[in-house]
Amino acid sequence: MNIAESFRFALTGVLANKMRSILTTLGILIGIAAVIILLAVGAGTSNAIKAQIAKLGTNVLTVSRQTTAGGRGPTGAVAGTRSRSTNLTTADMAALTDPVLAPDVDAVAPVVSAANVTSTYQDASHAVGTFVGTTPQYFSIANDTLAAGSLFTDADVTASNPTVVIGDTVAQALVGSRTSAAVGQTIALNGQNFVVSGVLTAKGSSGFNDPDDIVVIPLSVAQDKFTGYSPSLASISVQARSSDVMNQAQNEIQSILDARHSVTSANRDYVIRNQAQVLTTATSTTTTLTVLLGAVAAISLLVGGIGVMNIMLVTVTERTREIGIRKAIGASRSSIVGQFLIESLIISVIGGILGIAVGFIGSAFPILGTQPQVQWWTVWVSFLVSGAIGLIFGIYPANKAAKLRPIDALRYE
Amino acid sequence: METVANPMAHAHAWPVIALDHVSKIYGQGEAEVKALDDVSLTIDHGDFVAIIGASGSGKSTMMNIIGALDAPTLGTFHLDGIDTNSMDEYQLAQIRNRKIGFVFQNFNLIPRTRAVENVAMPLAYAGVHRADRRERALAVLESVGLGSRARHLPSQLSGGQQQRVAIARALVTHPVLLLADEPTGALDSKASHEILDLFDTLHAQGRTVVMITHEASVAERASRLVHMRDGHIIADERLRELPTTQLEVSL
Ligand SMILES: Nc1ncnc2c1ncn2[C@@H]1O[C@H](COP(=O)(O)OP(=O)(O)OP(=O)(O)O)[C@@H](O)[C@H]1O
Ligand SMILES: [Mg+2]
Repeated sequence: MNIAESFRFALTGVLANKMRSILTTLGILIGIAAVIILLAVGAGTSNAIKAQIAKLGTNVLTVSRQTTAGGRGPTGAVAGTRSRSTNLTTADMAALTDPVLAPDVDAVAPVVSAANVTSTYQDASHAVGTFVGTTPQYFSIANDTLAAGSLFTDADVTASNPTVVIGDTVAQALVGSRTSAAVGQTIALNGQNFVVSGVLTAKGSSGFNDPDDIVVIPLSVAQDKFTGYSPSLASISVQARSSDVMNQAQNEIQSILDARHSVTSANRDYVIRNQAQVLTTATSTTTTLTVLLGAVAAISLLVGGIGVMNIMLVTVTERTREIGIRKAIGASRSSIVGQFLIESLIISVIGGILGIAVGFIGSAFPILGTQPQVQWWTVWVSFLVSGAIGLIFGIYPANKAAKLRPIDALRYE
Repeated sequence: METVANPMAHAHAWPVIALDHVSKIYGQGEAEVKALDDVSLTIDHGDFVAIIGASGSGKSTMMNIIGALDAPTLGTFHLDGIDTNSMDEYQLAQIRNRKIGFVFQNFNLIPRTRAVENVAMPLAYAGVHRADRRERALAVLESVGLGSRARHLPSQLSGGQQQRVAIARALVTHPVLLLADEPTGALDSKASHEILDLFDTLHAQGRTVVMITHEASVAERASRLVHMRDGHIIADERLRELPTTQLEVSL
């Protein structure tokens, strides 16, 4: 009795009860497809978030004022020791470029901002999401590139020229889909005229906020016309030399600013946000998501496997007499085990292959706004798992069938 | 049992089947049934034995033990000199497949499987090639007069036809030991004659044949008659001597 023979007998068994075989196969199919699709959704989400964060710059630290009461003691007895302003100043920013004290800081840019800025151009009007007054270094730190026109220069900052660089969303709102048409036009920001020098390349929305809904003007102009002149900054954007030295750069900034502000880690009046941390947090969130999705999928696969076992048990019980006859005419225990194992393997592997196909088809369409990305390892693992399900859940019924004494199987009613 | 004659008279014979104080007990306590009660029986190689007895006397029970389908509750069974208790599952399967042809009282054909495939199945377990199998199965079906019904399912055959398919399946491996439990029970006298002629031929070739029957005319064709009652052998007589020139077919 060779394998081909067992296979032929097994196939006959599978085909003898087509509807039942199809339904059992469906159980495995759904399980495998769920594993592939849900893990693809997890991977797609995770990759989308990573790509989004990478676009925002992975080696950027943002130093901003502590706006809450954090850092003050619970008694409210605070700032007696603080000899200086709690504001971030351009002097603070300059201190961060010290090559000795902050060797891992590559570039810095000041940021002042204003809320409720409305841009208008001819009849069009758009409430700006983010308004930034800064220096040209800001663009390279923020990973901004131009879609059209040019950036403003240090000379524009020095001369307080009313020029503006606008984001894709703003350009679309003001001049329509051909955003390059905005270059050279004069737009108004809260009634003040600015000449558009450039339009930034779209970064794409991360879903939480739109990085393209932005206008950027020279620092001096922002202070002149919006925030009023003061040395105080909203934040300082800092670029580390590489994403590997983010922590060192952060420590250097803290020691410089702690000294300048006479604070300690217990009562800091500023916070440093680290894009790498954001990335780590986001990644661990999506990992949790993926694990949860995977667990749900694994459960459905397990249910499918139990379905196979159930059906094989029914099949074995139903065909006990047949098993008795086969043993009486010389079938060995192993050939009976082989026949039923192959039957359950056929069911589960066909289910597995179809499930992989359905998984690919299902992953071709965006789910909840993200494009699932099928992970090849899930395909191989699914295939092996479906085979293993056939073996594991088939072995008990097959053995049950094979170990009967021929006469007991023959007498089975 | 004092009437039992000595059946082992033949010079060249050796025991193929040896039941030694075999009992088969079903159930427990109140419901206990002694289907076989301390039976000893030896059948020599090349013999043609008919087993008769009333319904429920234990004939089928004994046949199942001889065919290695069942094991005795007490006592030992030697098949061709080997204690079947000492054989493992695989060896027993091999013996059932290669050496024994078994015709069941209730035919036991595999449902939803064509006659020719039923007949060919023992050959599949013997590792015979597919095309050969089919050819041999068709030839045996022809010899039991069912050549034209080869592609029928068991459910499409009459009782007598099913019985002949079962006989064909038992014969297809050319077993040296043919065990038949009422092989002619469902057949008319003409068909039953043909089957018995077939058995005669096999016997003449030196095969050992053991058959259970209810009919005196069938039992008369055998060389030896074993009579059972209530799980005992109550008579054992030789009807005719075995031919001395036997074709040697060893088990
Ligand atoms: N599995 C079983 N469980 C309990 N009792 C059984 C079982 N098989 C057989 N018996 C009993 O054993 C006795 C002998 O049965 P057996 O089938 O050997 O009779 P038989 O001589 O072949 O009869 P028949 O001529 O009707 O076929 C019967 O009384 C029967 O009820
Ligand atoms: Mg009987």
